[in-house]
Amino acid sequence: MFTGSEIVEILEQSGVTHVVWLPDSTLGPWESDLESSSKLRLIRVCREGEAWPLAAGLLVAGQAPIVMMQTTGLFESGDAMRNVLFDLRLPVFAVIGARNWLVTDSGDSARRFTEPIVQAWGLDCVLIGQPSDKPKLADHYQACVHARQAGIVLLAEESG
Amino acid sequence: MSDMDHASIQGKMPVESVLLHLAQLRGDEQIVISNQSSARLWPRLSCHRLDFNYNPSTMGGAIPFAVGLALAQPEREVVVLSGDGSLLMSLGCLVTVVASGVTNLSVVLLDNRVYEVTGGQKTPASESDVDYAGLASAAGFPSVSRFADLGELQSRSEEIIAARGPRFLWLEVGPTPRDVFQDKHAPIAERLSSFQAAIRRGERR
Repeated sequence: MFTGSEIVEILEQSGVTHVVWLPDSTLGPWESDLESSSKLRLIRVCREGEAWPLAAGLLVAGQAPIVMMQTTGLFESGDAMRNVLFDLRLPVFAVIGARNWLVTDSGDSARRFTEPIVQAWGLDCVLIGQPSDKPKLADHYQACVHARQAGIVLLAEESG
Repeated sequence: MSDMDHASIQGKMPVESVLLHLAQLRGDEQIVISNQSSARLWPRLSCHRLDFNYNPSTMGGAIPFAVGLALAQPEREVVVLSGDGSLLMSLGCLVTVVASGVTNLSVVLLDNRVYEVTGGQKTPASESDVDYAGLASAAGFPSVSRFADLGELQSRSEEIIAARGPRFLWLEVGPTPRDVFQDKHAPIAERLSSFQAAIRRGERR
């Protein structure tokens, strides 16, 4: 839905400093644009559970990171996210690729559990389900920064 | 038998002595992240504005947290104290450390070979000879060292501190005094708020 250059432009204008990520096939094509940005630093983690505390360290020390991963990574990293968002109470923001969200007849259990998991964690979530929703990314990020609260954007994907 | 005697009998370093030595070496602008088991002793030995006792945490979270701090504040040295059980939960973080490009980070592994917080159960590595130094070297750490003798650690500390980072320091330690686990601390969000204020102010004494 977003091109790499669109994402970079949005993140740069939003004041994001670091992207902590473990990509999927929808987020992955943004890599070269993220890497070539002079205002963003791309940080790769080996497992999604590392992404939340790493972003926490950046945020605590004055930077403005965001986390990027797929829904499967959100599931995997639930305890790390819980600790950072609810114990440390840090307003980390994340872009989560929602695998197979746009495939209405998908039997993918990752798709089935996305909404209930996000609701169970009580995350302030905005869905970007179609191109006209694109402005919601910057809007939601800024709203969360202003409110000093965590938030996520679910980016609807055709596969993952 | 005291914990210290027990540690000596096992041929491991007494964890209190090890941490006391690290506390004495600590620079005034150095950030120290303590976490889980043995590192719970740290708040008894050090009361510094740049200390953060990261408990409760998610196991394996302290090293990535320290990477974030080190990236954000490259002018400061960051030391993270991690248990072996925590490291085993996220061995990939050693690769993440190196890939991040930080050079101002020291990972101190306090290896007591058990899940101590939960009562001393074995880890998958308890009965094998997992080579943590080899893992760190293979991940690309330019400085890797291992100590099971306190005197040797003390005599070589300056050399280790001066080495190019990121550094990996594997310390074989004995059990933690059980009463440490009864210590009461302020809620973590409160402690984090104080720590955050200190590192952002850039206070210098």
